[in-house]
Amino acid sequence: MAVDLDQFKQIFFEESFEGLETMETGLLGMTDGETNLDIVNDIFRAAHSIKGGSATFGFTAVASFTHVMEGLLDEMREGKRQADQTVINILLESVDEIRTLMTAYQNREDPDTDQAQLLQQKLEAIFGGSGNTAAAPEKESANKSEAAEENRLLGWHIEFTPHDNLLITGNDPALLLSELAYLGKMTMVMEDGALPPFTEMNPERCYLRWKIDLLGVNDEGTDAAQTEEAQIREIFEWVEDECDLVVKGIYPERKASDRRAGDRRQPGQLEDRRQSDRRTGPRRPDDKAPAAQPTTIRVDTNRIDALIDMVGELVITQSMLGQLGEDFDMSKLSRLKEGLEELERNSREIQDAVMKVRMQPISFAFNRFPRMVHDLSQKLGKKIRLELVGEDTEMDKTVMEKINDPLVHLVRNSLDHGLETPDKRIAKGKDEEGVVCLKAYHQGGSIVVEVSDDGNGLDRNKLFAKGVERGLIKETDVLTDEQIYMLLFAAGFSTAETLSDISGRGVGLDVVRRNIESLGGNVDVRSVLGEGTVFTIRLPLTLAVLDGQLLKVDGQTYVLPLNSIIESLQIDPNAISSLAGDAEVYQLRDAYIPMVSLSELFATGEEKPRGEEKHCALLVIVEWADKRIGLMVDDLLGQQQVVIKSLETNYERVPGLSGATILGDGTVSLILDISGIIEMSTRVREQAMNTRRATGKRNRVA
Amino acid sequence: MVAVNMDASRHQYLTFMLADEEYGVDILTVQELRGWQETTPIPNAPSYVLGVINLRGVVIPIVDLRDRFGLERMEYGPTTVVIIVKVIASGKERVLGIVVDAVSEVYDIANSDLQPPPDMDGAISIDFITGLATMDKKMVILLDINRLVHEGILSKSKSPMPATAPATEAA
Repeated sequence: MAVDLDQFKQIFFEESFEGLETMETGLLGMTDGETNLDIVNDIFRAAHSIKGGSATFGFTAVASFTHVMEGLLDEMREGKRQADQTVINILLESVDEIRTLMTAYQNREDPDTDQAQLLQQKLEAIFGGSGNTAAAPEKESANKSEAAEENRLLGWHIEFTPHDNLLITGNDPALLLSELAYLGKMTMVMEDGALPPFTEMNPERCYLRWKIDLLGVNDEGTDAAQTEEAQIREIFEWVEDECDLVVKGIYPERKASDRRAGDRRQPGQLEDRRQSDRRTGPRRPDDKAPAAQPTTIRVDTNRIDALIDMVGELVITQSMLGQLGEDFDMSKLSRLKEGLEELERNSREIQDAVMKVRMQPISFAFNRFPRMVHDLSQKLGKKIRLELVGEDTEMDKTVMEKINDPLVHLVRNSLDHGLETPDKRIAKGKDEEGVVCLKAYHQGGSIVVEVSDDGNGLDRNKLFAKGVERGLIKETDVLTDEQIYMLLFAAGFSTAETLSDISGRGVGLDVVRRNIESLGGNVDVRSVLGEGTVFTIRLPLTLAVLDGQLLKVDGQTYVLPLNSIIESLQIDPNAISSLAGDAEVYQLRDAYIPMVSLSELFATGEEKPRGEEKHCALLVIVEWADKRIGLMVDDLLGQQQVVIKSLETNYERVPGLSGATILGDGTVSLILDISGIIEMSTRVREQAMNTRRATGKRNRVA
Repeated sequence: MVAVNMDASRHQYLTFMLADEEYGVDILTVQELRGWQETTPIPNAPSYVLGVINLRGVVIPIVDLRDRFGLERMEYGPTTVVIIVKVIASGKERVLGIVVDAVSEVYDIANSDLQPPPDMDGAISIDFITGLATMDKKMVILLDINRLVHEGILSKSKSPMPATAPATEAA
């Protein structure tokens, strides 16, 4: 039976990407010139598993590349090599490269090995100093797959370095060399670099060395390609102990690698490549639209065990209730009630536990930032310290996946535009090291993620001018700071003076906002000029369950997210005043709150002649993103947890609704979307105003 | 029931009545038949979208085909039939219910027996009609239900902004 390797491959990919992350984190944790053995061991183990796995699955490019990397790590492990910045940087690049190669394999594409080979050269160059021999044979074996044609021997390359006592022992290099000439066509280079000035020269010592290529056919008709290594060695047999001798075969493939080795001597070339790579976008695996992969999740076994325990209890309760039901009479009513309570408790616990399965600490999302900050700070020439706070805060996996890109965008923005260069910071009297802080915490039913920096802050006037220039606002508009900052999130708005490849290009903050809002969250920004900027993202804890307040409007039951409710009160008709004719506001203590009639907004009520508006009994004050409105409702019912069902699955998005749920009696109830309702009511009011203005005008004309 | 015919040139159609007209849909799109149940209205939806119901934990919309086709509405009662169809619209599989007067027959119709619909103006575009067939001397209108749902129902129900009355189907 054929073994289906695919399932193992999937696991291998996952483990490898995790391994790469371990390596990355470890490398970033290493400080210049100091080798922490634990970290090196961790990295080594990760590299080793990747090498082993990829060799098993036939991912040769990864296997051979990792092997070279492993060699370098091994030296570090044995303390032969110190981890300096160069080594760390090249190892980080290697991690990236392996990731790229793996992604290619995962997407069933042929990996582009050019970059890998360049990096491999680089690694070998560093490595070469001490233990070249360890890597070389392996590299050859990695190249075994080359066509047999390429392995055809063309000739020999010989390096002959006599010790200085060669002449004293009575040997003549000239004789040896002329002997060599019988074996094939010989080209020879003599190096006299070691030759001392004439006055200091000892005529009995040999100061010269030779590089000889035996390639092609000599005058006697002997082809160097037919010569065997032993024949060459034989010539030098008598001087074996008085010289250093290197004999290497010349193969077509070897010539190619020599050429590449030539490239290595021009560091600019490699740099250029990397530059061009950056221009075409960073070579991060997540940039590519990945082929549809089944997503998996790793769960703490304790959580699974807890879940199994709870299911066990549920089964017990169920059988208890079953027995009770078989011969039920009223005397057992109290036991039935107990059982039902037990059942309720069980199901609530199971629900919580199942939700926890999807919860993961936000450190999964935060982990990539140390690397990004490390790379960008070098690139930008800024000194940046990254602070991570609340990495253990847990959030739904789906939410986390979707928040990743917006976070990257915000952090890049902070690094690029927010923080100043060290000299500017010193001039301002700040610490030369800028701080970017990522902070996550729970607040009510939401999770809050803050991206803050202590950089330049936002320039109100600059933003205003830009907004006018882009036609987003009028020069005469009077805007609050908050409104001006929100301009940042408008489409086509970029304050970057110059486009850099870090930010100021591609997706803008408007996309960030859209992504976050599509998750039912919101984002806002606070800033003090010269002191820094804080972006705050607020997201629902989970997308699946919601604590809801049930309410009734026109006989229909709706669900209102509990966490958006500030308070609810009985309407006092005296507190209602009308504003600009149509809109009604409610005076609540010292604030005026716009009143929104769900019945009108949803057009569910019967048409009523004007002036005879129905007065609902209750007003629910709700808040979204610091905006408050009062919803007029007929009745408030109970509170309960509801499971969110999408309306879009079979129908489509409905403005003002975030989804639907199924109530205990099996009927469908719609879930209100506060941000949507606020938006709708604003638009309705504007529309009403425009109509009024238009009819007014018409009346005057008539 | 007619024996299943594996011939690709023939299809089975489930037919149903609307007023006195007989319509048919490809039987492979029909998931089940249900009785009428009370729906939860969707705000600002077109009048022919009656609302959503709970179909074993899935929220599905219910559409009144009489209303969509510009026919007079009927009272809904326990005998009103809802055909639950599974269609592909906007690249996604969607389940929805259509309210009809009564389910009629299952016919086995060869593609060659289909006649193109005459060019005419009406409440439904001829785009939504696969063809016409004559069964027992009666005309059966075969609907392209995928297209009808995708273009004739979902895309039309883009809610107009409130304050304007709910959209009435322009016949």
